[in-house]
Amino acid sequence: MIQLVSFYIFASIVIASAAMVIFARNPVHSVLWLIVAFFNAAGLMVLIGAEFIAMLLVIVYVGAVAVLFLFVVMMLDIDFAELRAGFVKNVPLGFLLAVVLVAELVLGIGAYQAGAVKLGTEEAGVATLSATVPNIEAIGALLYSKYVFLFETAGLILLVAMVGAIVLTHRRSHGTRGQSISSQVQRRPQDATRNVNQPVGQGIEL
Amino acid sequence: MIGIEHYLVVSSILFVMGVLGIFLNRKNVIIILMAIELILLAVNINLVAFSVFLGDLTGQIFAIFVLTVAAGEAAIGLAILVIYFRGRGTIAVDDVNRMKG
Repeated sequence: MIQLVSFYIFASIVIASAAMVIFARNPVHSVLWLIVAFFNAAGLMVLIGAEFIAMLLVIVYVGAVAVLFLFVVMMLDIDFAELRAGFVKNVPLGFLLAVVLVAELVLGIGAYQAGAVKLGTEEAGVATLSATVPNIEAIGALLYSKYVFLFETAGLILLVAMVGAIVLTHRRSHGTRGQSISSQVQRRPQDATRNVNQPVGQGIEL
Repeated sequence: MIGIEHYLVVSSILFVMGVLGIFLNRKNVIIILMAIELILLAVNINLVAFSVFLGDLTGQIFAIFVLTVAAGEAAIGLAILVIYFRGRGTIAVDDVNRMKG
């Protein structure tokens, strides 16, 4: 009973806040509604026993991505009223598309409920869930053994994204005199200094 | 009782919300990026629900990878948005096609 109640609470709030994300007038409010949506999606995932993904959603999305969005929205001085000019014009086409898509998806789910189409033979899954092993332990055991290369590729993707974001937004300042490491390293003593046998009583020529 | 269908309906409604957001706010890149995040969230809910339904942990592993790619995409997208705004003073995307080449 409590599962049913909490599922419907989480599901209705996640859908309502997703609607608020796309209909809110102020993008700051959109980001805040996005945070609500992710919290409730994490609740949905806790409900079926995927605690690790739920915590990851809260940490990664609420802690990092939403803050990034908030920074950008607040940093840029944008005239949002002008950006919403085409909103009313796009409404009929958008809703038509949405209705068609929902109808298709519900049709697919209904067909699945009536009996899934069998493709190939049935066999046991590659990584079966166990009731005794905790979720995090099972994910860790799988992630660091079978999917270790995919895991490292994910790390590489994050590295590339980080370097890309830095390279894109880095602004070279023109007014300052920076350090030129290559010319510093290439400098040789014989180019830079010279030995002179300076006679006494005469000025030095520089 | 809660079945896989409940989760599928929630995630498909969420997915369609994301698509609708892209269609309605065609000018505002920030909202478009947030709508893409909603779409990826719907995908993640689907992956996790099927992972639990089939008793196979692989779905949750792939949800982690989808999360990784989503985070990288948000970072790169916002960086592109910032430099676009710096060069142009607006983020209206319907005149992006002016930058030919």
